[in-house]
Amino acid sequence: MTPARYRDGARRIAPIAVAAFAFAVSFGVLARASGIGAGETIVMSATVFAGSAQFAIVSILAVGGGIASAILAAILLNARYAPISVSVAPIFLGSRLRRLLESQLIVDESWAMSRHSDGRYDRRLLVGAGLILYACWVGGTVIGALAGEALGDPADLGLDAAFPALFLAILVTQVHSRRALAAAVLGGTIALALIPVAPAGVPIVAAAAACLLGWKRP
Amino acid sequence: MTEVWIVIGAVAAATVALKAVGPVLLGERPLPDHLTGVVALLAPALLAALVVTQVVGGDEEIVLDARLVGLGAAVVAILLRAPILAVVAAAAAATALVRLVA
Repeated sequence: MTPARYRDGARRIAPIAVAAFAFAVSFGVLARASGIGAGETIVMSATVFAGSAQFAIVSILAVGGGIASAILAAILLNARYAPISVSVAPIFLGSRLRRLLESQLIVDESWAMSRHSDGRYDRRLLVGAGLILYACWVGGTVIGALAGEALGDPADLGLDAAFPALFLAILVTQVHSRRALAAAVLGGTIALALIPVAPAGVPIVAAAAACLLGWKRP
Repeated sequence: MTEVWIVIGAVAAATVALKAVGPVLLGERPLPDHLTGVVALLAPALLAALVVTQVVGGDEEIVLDARLVGLGAAVVAILLRAPILAVVAAAAAATALVRLVA
């Protein structure tokens, strides 16, 4: 097998990048409609680069929820990136600065897409996919923030169902062992149980604890 | 609106740190043996949680709606060994169809 190239990551993420672009446009529109300036809206997409956290910030600020609760909700939603970044830590190479910069391209979709079915992660796939997603996310936000509601609601096109379908398709390629299946079932169950009782973001982070099934005595 | 800038600055800084925690702190060092099994199971656990929260997650409640039909279509496509593009398209199309007729 020839090693993957950045272009392979970009190509594989293309269908999801289309959905991400549509959501970025709707984020731009929603943020402007909530009274947030175009500059702030675009800078938020360029620096936070995490859809669910950004939608949470806008919806909390729009109802006057206060900056503390907006910050807390967004950080809870992004807390999953700590275990996610640990899982891909060994693939990043070079200086600390380079690893810091490339790690910013980790989003749910680029991370999931960069995992081979044998469980190894591929840095080029992650970086290639991450760059395309970043361009679509920031570009879509610019269009939404400046041009208004040209595209309609992405939910009408069922695009909100595209993301979990992607994660499921990748998940089934990963479950080779009884232990991996047990971790998936336990993780999904923890998330389901916590959705009604915990703030958004917490169910995903708590589900990461299912990985402890892999603990071996040192 | 300086309030928005404060939120953006705080959340951006926190997100940069969260994403960098593994690659910058752990770096290229291989994990100790007893932890590799744990880290290997992060992916199935987190992927399953992402599926669940994005299909039935609401505002601190479980919401059953057209997304479930979309996931059902994705399951069928996966069972038929369709490529990922077809799986994603089937989920979106089924969800959109249900919303159109509902």
